Amino acid sequence: MADAFLKVTGISKDYPGIRALDDISFSVGAGEVVGLVGENGAGKSTLMKILGGVIAPSAGSIELDGIATDRLTVGGSMRGGIAFVHQELNLFENLTVAANIFIGREPLKGGLLRLIDEPELNRRAAPYLKQLGADFEPGTPVSTLSLAQMQLVEIAKALSLKARLVIMDEPTSSLTASETERLLIIIERLKTDGVAVILISHRLAEIERSADRVVVLRDGKRVAELARQDIHAETMIRHMIGRDLKTLYRPPKNPPGKPVLELIDVKTGYRPEQTVNLAVRQGEILGLAGLVGSGRTELARTIFGLDRLRGGEIRMDGAATILSAPGIAISQGLFLVPEDRKRSGLILDFPIRDNITLPSLDTHARRGLIDVGSEEAEALRQRERLDIRAKRTTTAAGALSGGNQQKVVLAKWLSMAPRVLIFDEPTRGVDVGAKSEIYRLMRELSDHGVAILMISSDMEEVIGVSDRVAVMHEGRISGFLERNELSEKAILSLAVGRIAA
Amino acid sequence: MINRKDLWLLILIIVVGTVVAIINPRFLSPINLSNTANLIGLFGIFAVAQAFVIISGGIELSVGSVIALLGVIFIDLVAAETVSPALACIIVIAIGCLIGLLHGVLVAKLGLQPFVVTLCGLLIYRGIARYYTEDATAGFPFGASFPTLEWLTAGRVYGIPHSLIAFIIITIIMGIVLHKSVFGRYLFAVGKNEEAARYSGINTSRVIIAAYVICAGLTAIAAIFIAMYTRSISPSSHGNFYELYAIAAAVLGGCSLRGGEGSILGVVLGTVLLQVLQNLVNLLGIPSSLNFAVMGSVILIGVLADQQISRRAALKRTPQTS
Repeated sequence: MADAFLKVTGISKDYPGIRALDDISFSVGAGEVVGLVGENGAGKSTLMKILGGVIAPSAGSIELDGIATDRLTVGGSMRGGIAFVHQELNLFENLTVAANIFIGREPLKGGLLRLIDEPELNRRAAPYLKQLGADFEPGTPVSTLSLAQMQLVEIAKALSLKARLVIMDEPTSSLTASETERLLIIIERLKTDGVAVILISHRLAEIERSADRVVVLRDGKRVAELARQDIHAETMIRHMIGRDLKTLYRPPKNPPGKPVLELIDVKTGYRPEQTVNLAVRQGEILGLAGLVGSGRTELARTIFGLDRLRGGEIRMDGAATILSAPGIAISQGLFLVPEDRKRSGLILDFPIRDNITLPSLDTHARRGLIDVGSEEAEALRQRERLDIRAKRTTTAAGALSGGNQQKVVLAKWLSMAPRVLIFDEPTRGVDVGAKSEIYRLMRELSDHGVAILMISSDMEEVIGVSDRVAVMHEGRISGFLERNELSEKAILSLAVGRIAA
Repeated sequence: MINRKDLWLLILIIVVGTVVAIINPRFLSPINLSNTANLIGLFGIFAVAQAFVIISGGIELSVGSVIALLGVIFIDLVAAETVSPALACIIVIAIGCLIGLLHGVLVAKLGLQPFVVTLCGLLIYRGIARYYTEDATAGFPFGASFPTLEWLTAGRVYGIPHSLIAFIIITIIMGIVLHKSVFGRYLFAVGKNEEAARYSGINTSRVIIAAYVICAGLTAIAAIFIAMYTRSISPSSHGNFYELYAIAAAVLGGCSLRGGEGSILGVVLGTVLLQVLQNLVNLLGIPSSLNFAVMGSVILIGVLADQQISRRAALKRTPQTS
């Protein structure tokens, strides 16, 4: 590590009320592959944004080629030879491979006409593609490429920018096994060419294979740095977990009853080759854990009738049912509190009242005409019950805080009779006070016999709220854990695709 | 229950009207008022129709061509006396609804862009109308007379044209549908945030299709009134640019082309303002070739003023929340 060109010392990043990064130090040398691992929300993305110059750290210094600064700019990071291959690729699908690689830096001809010199463009792109062993031409339209090939275009672009460090954020999350293999070989090639790689991945086997060094983050802190000989999945998992979880668990009043919602060999459009089997029982809170991208939201969308069921069967109270549209799911008492409340949960410009009554509007209407008095009564009842902090029910939902917005989404469903409630990340962006109110409410509902399926990426929440946990990995359920088996380690092992320890 | 935007529009109409009346007192003459009222009625019906599609987040560009096509069909049916005028009306309205159904299905079920679908409609229906009449002017044969039909569509009571009365009745009904009914609430919800509407269990494609059917159905009614008003239809020019009048009235009346916003009262006021402006051009001796230029300028100024006012209002609100 004597020739480290990038050194990060004592980096911290504070957001109001939360410290996202706490005193992080690490370095990267030429031709080195550094693995960066940690749970969802451990601070990996924040750290990468700081290296990309997108956000400024609150404290610490960054040293590039011996010159220390307290923050990088986007341009400075690029000139310093740092390039990103993001999870979501940033390519212009309507352009060719070469045009994408040299976007904004096209070779010109024709003087004042500023025409693009296409042959020259393709000539310049060719060596980079060759270096990566790409199986497509510079003139190929990007729209015809596979996801793995598009990643190569991104890497070629990075190389053309004279990148010395390529940061790959979950590059293999949507690749097939053979594509993954090819990418790992390319990482080795980059290494021999002296290009360093920071590899962020939840697939620990890849890290085991490729990384020269691993940095483990947990809760914004660098908890371990492992040298080549110490890189084992077990060790990494041990470092990734291990924080003190506050126990907010409130046990159910009654033992769980009969299954209300059953999924039998359910296939979703997200990973049609996998099947999902699970049952949510009356009066229980079933946590659905897993890493981001494991297919939990897609499963919820399929159950709720937003996406087409690709196979298998959904049963309500033991009887097969076809939930082909949200309206049908709702009529059976199956409701979804979506992940993105601003986009899917609420109509922000609508008053609180109109949002609450939207799914049950027919019950507030006579001969197709809305009875505003009945709506107002319902809205007031829900405001009281859920303690929604708003003076009037005519306030626009968009004017509320995150926690109160989430309560309005809940109020939509509580004004009807829920039998199954699916919560997708119920407390994301919600303050602590509103969080515990939402947990209390979930337990109250389950005690009244509602079956609850809670998708959550927050370990504290999964362990603190669930009666039982199903863990999802790449589109299938990798295991179930009973209350007494719940631990961060057990969940994480299943989430990364290992057998429960 | 008048919102501030509509109030401004009303004030603007009164101011423009007063100025015109002062410069040229003929503006207030019974015959001028009656004629203007007739035009407001004719244009208002399909402007209200357009509002439904705009609130759903779409646009309907084929209005003028539909008016031409349905107009020639209607006159042909009535003039040939193969069917009774009442049946002719029903047939024409049914064809209108079918056109709306087609547009709605193409937009909501097949995911085509409303602009493209209705632009194609604009071309197709105009073409069919011209082919249908072999490009000749469609009209009633000399001496033909349909007293009941004529009285109903082009008659007046106490100088009030029946087209205006029809417009008022339609406005009241559609106002209730838009602002008081479950369907109306769903329409605003779909226009504002289709995804959240779907997550709330609303059958969003059905709502969108209904908006296009309502639009084309009302446009068919307008087509009958307009056909009976002009009594002869030259298929290549009849109804030209009418879709733009409708869109202009809706936008002036506070409909957002992004969908989810608008009021019936606003559209009515927008229609009135456009017709008063038209009248102003005639009465003030402005060359009638400038007609469109005057209308365009007023709409632009109106939209600009509205944007500035709401931006200032938003600025005033922010310090309190932060």
